[in-house]
Amino acid sequence: MYRRNVAYRIFSIINYLFLGLLMVVCLLPVVHVLFSSISDPALLKVHTGLVAWPLGKPTLKGYEIVLSNSRIARSYMNTLFYVAASTALGVFLTMMGGYVLSRKSFLLKKPIMVFITFTMMFNGGLIPFYLVVKGLGWLDTPFAVIVPGCLSVFNIVLMRTAMMGISDSLYESAVLDGAGHFTCFIRIAAPLSKPTIAAIVLFSAVAQWNSWFQAMIFLKNRKLFPLQLVVREILVENNTTSVTSGADVTSGALSQNLYKYLVQYSTVIVTILPIICIYPFLQKYFVNGIMVGSLKE
Amino acid sequence: MRMKRDFTKNWQIYVMILPVLLYFLVFSYLPMAGIVIAFQKFSPALGIWKSPFIGLKNFRDFFGSYYCGRLIGNTLLLSTTTLVFAFPCPVILALLLNEVYNKIYKKAVQTISYLPYFISMVVICGLIKNFTASDGFVTQIVAALGGEKRNLLADPALFRPIYVVSDIWKNVGFNSIIYLAALSGVNQELYEAAAIDGAGRWKQTIHVTLPGIAPTVIIMLILALGGLFNVGFEKVILLYNSMTMETADVIQSFVYRKGLTDANFGYSTAVGLFNSVINTILLLTANRISRRVTETSLF
Repeated sequence: MYRRNVAYRIFSIINYLFLGLLMVVCLLPVVHVLFSSISDPALLKVHTGLVAWPLGKPTLKGYEIVLSNSRIARSYMNTLFYVAASTALGVFLTMMGGYVLSRKSFLLKKPIMVFITFTMMFNGGLIPFYLVVKGLGWLDTPFAVIVPGCLSVFNIVLMRTAMMGISDSLYESAVLDGAGHFTCFIRIAAPLSKPTIAAIVLFSAVAQWNSWFQAMIFLKNRKLFPLQLVVREILVENNTTSVTSGADVTSGALSQNLYKYLVQYSTVIVTILPIICIYPFLQKYFVNGIMVGSLKE
Repeated sequence: MRMKRDFTKNWQIYVMILPVLLYFLVFSYLPMAGIVIAFQKFSPALGIWKSPFIGLKNFRDFFGSYYCGRLIGNTLLLSTTTLVFAFPCPVILALLLNEVYNKIYKKAVQTISYLPYFISMVVICGLIKNFTASDGFVTQIVAALGGEKRNLLADPALFRPIYVVSDIWKNVGFNSIIYLAALSGVNQELYEAAAIDGAGRWKQTIHVTLPGIAPTVIIMLILALGGLFNVGFEKVILLYNSMTMETADVIQSFVYRKGLTDANFGYSTAVGLFNSVINTILLLTANRISRRVTETSLF
């Protein structure tokens, strides 16, 4: 009815246009970076303003420099390792925590729930946290990036909510067949909450891929740096010398200057590409993930 | 006695929860115990056991310092500006998306607007820096609108606008998800009833849609109020510089700088504790109000 109304039609057109504009605004920076990264370096260097189309003859020189750079390659491998290790550990612990807290018969369920959720309300702050990790002797070790922060209360609650939906009769018949908690966990709880596990895996992996602060405060050894820290140096601190000077392009200050922007843009693309490829598949988990936020019984 | 019997029978479940408890004990509760150094003249050489206690001196130093007012002011200004301008955006986006009947177009808008949320803070801040440099493309646009060509991030007056606008850009799409979910939960019969009563789409929005999503909006608003002292300091650390300190420096970035750059552990912990306590009070208050108003709460 109202859809045929003239005023609503006008609104509708403006609405579609506005949302189209929103898409452009969201994509523009990424497009700018993508096209800049394959532009002619000499033209790019003098160009100001938006790059809505590759300048000059498209070139992959930037990617050549970035991908052949041993520091970036190493940090890429580091990040892959940190993501895999931290996600595996975090999700495994989350699943166990979720399972235990989902069992109604567990005597300590209430106090442990309080113990865990209290950490959401209050924390010791940055410096004591730093000193604890330092006290463990983890400064400048991969542990400092992998272990602290791998577990989140929110995810445990999410896991628990999913596992509470599993019917008791399944567990009862398993117990009658002589199954203990380990078996129930591996054979029943884990397989039946696959969608939630998948969501937690993906979100943890993305978060770890993007994280940098912990690595910055705990790691001094450059060989352990994750990708984001190298990106920070190249992009935020605007220092590309370590990348361009190590490349097999004609060395010297001139070429460093020439390739500086190209290297910056190529690095951004290399860094965000995996995330851009994954995130559309995360969409179906978004809503569930956000909605199950309530911690109440 | 009951415990002991349960333990012998269900020992496996205790084994499973043990690493989880250990994790929180070490990374959440040990740091809480570490708060004692806020009351010490802490030196790493003496450690937490031997450093001398100095009572509230660290707190007195902070509250008496020039930084105290500036940091609290900056923190509150940055978070309230973000709240005022960024909070309504996802609600509006969800309402607009709700009027899109072409499924493919709707899906496209959603997918693309979620993209910035997944880009790392480091890359976002690097791009902000690049775009707002004197030859960056945002600076070009500003110049075309009558501004001058200069490094925008060097201007203290522009720090908050840059922070807020980029925040909206990054989060508007993703934050609209929860409102879209709330919108899909509005009873369709109400729309039909309103239409029969002669309400146009605008009236339907005012009288059906908005009341339908109001509980969600209110709980999100309350949660946001609970986090007012919890500014995204990672972004601040990546974006600020010596020229913009006067508007950009917030409590947590100060804690980071004093503690980890200047190694002033005791003082920095005291400032951090002050911030944590306010955070907790705000969160609990927000939670209580939420429970009263919407019958939903976090805890």
